[in-house]
Amino acid sequence: MSLQTGTTSTRSASRAVRDVVFVDGVRTPFGKAGDKGIYAGMRADDLVVKCIRDLLRRNPSLPPERVDDVAIAATTQTGDQGLTIGRTTALLAGLPRTVPGFAIDRMCAGAMTAVTTTASGIAFGAYDVVIAGGVEHMGNHPMGADADPNPRFQSERIVDPAALNMGNTAENLHDRFPAITKDRTDAYAVRSQQKLAAAYEAGRIQPDLVPVAGRKPGAGWTLNTVDEPPRPGTTVEDLGSLRTPFRAHGRVTAGNAAGLNDGATAALLASADAAAELGLPVRMRLVAYAFAGVEPEVMGIGPVPATEKALRQAGLDIGDIGLFEINEAFAVQVLSFLDHFGIDDEDPRVNRYGGAIAVGHPLASSGVRLMNQLARQFEEDPAVRYGMTTMCIGLGMGATVIWENPHHANYGQDAA
Amino acid sequence: MSFERYDELAALVPTEIVTHSYVQDIPLPGGDVLALVTLDNDLDHAKPTTLGPNTLIEFGRTLEGLKDRAARGEIAAVAVTGKPYFLVAGADLSTVKSVKSEHLGRLMAELGHEAYDLLADMGVPSFAFINGVALGGGLEIALAANYRTVSSGANGIGLPEAFIGLVPGWGGVYRLPRLIGPANAVKVMIENPLSNNRSLDGSSAHQLGIADALFEPADFVEQSLLWAARVLRDGEADVVARRRSELAHYDDAAWTGAVAAGRAFVEAKTGNAAPAPSRVLDLLEAGLTWTQEESAAAECAALAELMQTPEFHATVYAFLDLVQKRGKRPAGAPDRKLARPVSKIGVVGAGLMASQLALLFARQLKVPVVMTDIDQARVDKGVAYVHAEIDKMLGRKRLSQDAANRTKALVTGSVSKDVFADADFVIEAVFEELSVKKQVFAEVEAVVSPECVLATNTSSLSVAQMAADLVHPERVVGFHFFNPVAAMPLLEVVRAPTTDDTVLATAFVLAKGLKKNAVLVQDAPAFVVNRILGRMFGEITAVFDEGTDAATADNALRPMGLPMTPFRLLALVGLPVGQHVQESLHTAFGNRFHVSANQQKLIDAGVKSLWEKQDDGTETVPEQTLALMERGSTPSTADEVLRRTQDALADEIGRMLDEGVVAAPEDIDLCMIMGAGWPMHLGGITPYLDRVGASERVLGKTFHRG
Repeated sequence: MSLQTGTTSTRSASRAVRDVVFVDGVRTPFGKAGDKGIYAGMRADDLVVKCIRDLLRRNPSLPPERVDDVAIAATTQTGDQGLTIGRTTALLAGLPRTVPGFAIDRMCAGAMTAVTTTASGIAFGAYDVVIAGGVEHMGNHPMGADADPNPRFQSERIVDPAALNMGNTAENLHDRFPAITKDRTDAYAVRSQQKLAAAYEAGRIQPDLVPVAGRKPGAGWTLNTVDEPPRPGTTVEDLGSLRTPFRAHGRVTAGNAAGLNDGATAALLASADAAAELGLPVRMRLVAYAFAGVEPEVMGIGPVPATEKALRQAGLDIGDIGLFEINEAFAVQVLSFLDHFGIDDEDPRVNRYGGAIAVGHPLASSGVRLMNQLARQFEEDPAVRYGMTTMCIGLGMGATVIWENPHHANYGQDAA
Repeated sequence: MSFERYDELAALVPTEIVTHSYVQDIPLPGGDVLALVTLDNDLDHAKPTTLGPNTLIEFGRTLEGLKDRAARGEIAAVAVTGKPYFLVAGADLSTVKSVKSEHLGRLMAELGHEAYDLLADMGVPSFAFINGVALGGGLEIALAANYRTVSSGANGIGLPEAFIGLVPGWGGVYRLPRLIGPANAVKVMIENPLSNNRSLDGSSAHQLGIADALFEPADFVEQSLLWAARVLRDGEADVVARRRSELAHYDDAAWTGAVAAGRAFVEAKTGNAAPAPSRVLDLLEAGLTWTQEESAAAECAALAELMQTPEFHATVYAFLDLVQKRGKRPAGAPDRKLARPVSKIGVVGAGLMASQLALLFARQLKVPVVMTDIDQARVDKGVAYVHAEIDKMLGRKRLSQDAANRTKALVTGSVSKDVFADADFVIEAVFEELSVKKQVFAEVEAVVSPECVLATNTSSLSVAQMAADLVHPERVVGFHFFNPVAAMPLLEVVRAPTTDDTVLATAFVLAKGLKKNAVLVQDAPAFVVNRILGRMFGEITAVFDEGTDAATADNALRPMGLPMTPFRLLALVGLPVGQHVQESLHTAFGNRFHVSANQQKLIDAGVKSLWEKQDDGTETVPEQTLALMERGSTPSTADEVLRRTQDALADEIGRMLDEGVVAAPEDIDLCMIMGAGWPMHLGGITPYLDRVGASERVLGKTFHRG
């Protein structure tokens, strides 16, 4: 074995920060968590492996040994999501043993943090090419199942224990913003379903899905090629009749929130130079990213300060953002973001392909789904220069990443 | 539905573990729908999927239904795959055994054809995704499909019918040569089965052309389906057609040549003692000009006939009941929980046998092994031998550098037995002389702990006598390996009357760790294999000494299909060694073990073998060799020699069972298969002796019932 592993170019003494580009991203179709879901009985690491292998197949000009690291996020890092899942899946996917890997966790923003962390490594010169992604098999790992919150959270009132349940925090957000009514959230949720159905109809979603074969007892092998959670025909009337499980006479329902899901994502990132050298496509350029903390009891507001911070760094204004991919953990949380920035509930810049309310939200995997979709929309809409992927995070956080569209006429000129 | 006529077959096996045919419609990119059949018995991967009548009827009816759907335009393709690790492991042999008439056998053969022919002609393209084991009828499913993919993780792909005593008669013998060419077909249908039942892995199956495309196991089903979509729409079918025409490039002469090469191989390997291999070649030969229907009729006739042959039944007994079952759970072995851990091993002696043992222990058990001998030069030579063998394995990439380093470091030597002080198991492999062995054990006992097991690799001496004067005679056990130690799977574990259960259990656990098949034998001279071989040698040398010519004597047992003729085997073992064993058997049992004075004369004259190779490659007994010997004038015919040997073997085995050397005739057979390489179609030996009437003639009863 050669001692010289990896091929990172020699770092210049001046440590110039390098441009980071999003080359490609894929995901498994998302499934419903639970015994009847399409991935019941399957392993989370296998879902990641399918994504990594498909990424490599889709980008044949990339020699696998040029992958400098594999960062895979999972919220629950035990069992089939344990054992340093970035490394296990690299090995299981058949990447050369010289390619390292690691596990990462920032709850719902796991994959997004995998992207920003490795992107920083690329910018710094530590990596040329990385794979970043996430997975959550919520059927195998029900949310918070093995969690052991420190009693000081309660005794010293550091966090209201009720805030460890995300549904409660969504109800709290309604309390804080009385203008966001259940009617508005239900209407938003119905549109999310409609937009996803339209995107499927137009073939926008399918190109980035990895088919996953699954085998059920007494049924044989089948091939999963579409998302399981969507309910395309959903009406406001349907949603009106749903119960509010987090609070009697509350506002948050299964219909205006993301479900419990299984799925995995993976993206290929590279330095702009490495992408050029290897002939890899540039589908987005990373402009800025930021994370921010908020009160855990209203964690859904997290994207607001994260976005403000990222915009400040980039020297951009919210008006410069032509496309938003915001994770729909709860409709109320999306609307709180839109209200804050004065964006209309039906603004066409927001979640053109629908969102997690329709497609599902396998916690740590979702960040890369947002990026896949933003990259597709960039292609469709060269007039847009900047886009944003943003999401709220449990225990009171937000994450925002701003991207530039390489198809825009002014790409690369005086860019932020 | 046309499968009703097989109901009587299905009724034969009401307890069949059915492998179901589950169907899922798969939408492919491009808009086609493929119906995917998964063969699945709903059990975990320790329980292979197999083919019995109920399974085949379900499979056939499923395909019938799919053919109708294809005709209605509902599906554009059909594919068959299996549960993880198996396409299908082949026909359920325990079921095949219960097909007790030629009529039923023919039905079974026709059932397979009827189902598989549907797959070959669905009206839409058919695929097989070989995801794992695909043996016999399992592979023939794949061969019947129009296109095949295979997983690079698949193992156990082949047509072992010739080994089992059948023919690949569900279309394999007709379809395979047309796919991969006659020469490679002979390799798969004849050479592999008759070479320790070898099989192919996924990459070699792809290389040969058995499969059109190779995919890695991580997303094999997905990639196979996407490939099928490309075959249906994107011109991948042309790529396949080109590849096939290159791989199956042959003319009539190549076909005839392949058959001839196959016949020569069968003759050399088995002496045509069993009917199946040449039957495969008959079908192949005639198949050149046959239509598939003509071949199918001949295949069914061959299967129906062969299923009733004693050779087939003996093979199923040997393979299923002995090798796969009894060989894995040795009769009479004490509870393994009694066994003591073995973390260091001593080998007394550093000669060739001792060195082979040291290598085996170090490689398989990965514990320190220390060899001793009387001087440093011998010790160094033994250790050097082991290290050189490890380097050879390293060179052949059978060991990694790290594993080679580790194994070498495990094997050391010394001239002092003090190094055995912390050993848990010490085996002696010194000169076959009771007094020498007794002295060795006494010296070792003075050094080791009271629990240390003392084992002897003696092939003929009494283990009890060896243990007699020790402080702890209960610790002595016989551990009789066969040459070459690394290759021969049998280990005779000898229990002396004094051996205790803990020691015996330790020996059996150790044997398992060495990956040997242990058979428990009692402390009787020469144990099992050498005693039976000795009786056979005695008969053959006796008839030769009486005046039968060498060729007649040595070839008389050809109908048994033994791996080697007696005189050639004697030459391989070494005439002096053979003579020594024969003498000790004679001492123990008297005149029924003939000791040849002529053989002694050859040994004295330094002759190494009765047969000598001539310049033209043939073998002859040279005049000067014949001149050394004095032989009688009452020659026997080959038939007489064969019958005499059969009777002698029946007599000897009858005595061994009466003496309780082993628990049952099954153990005798297991020993002969594993330790002497005697063929499965003899069932080892006792089913053969029953079949030819020898046991009835000599003992007045058969070894086996019915």
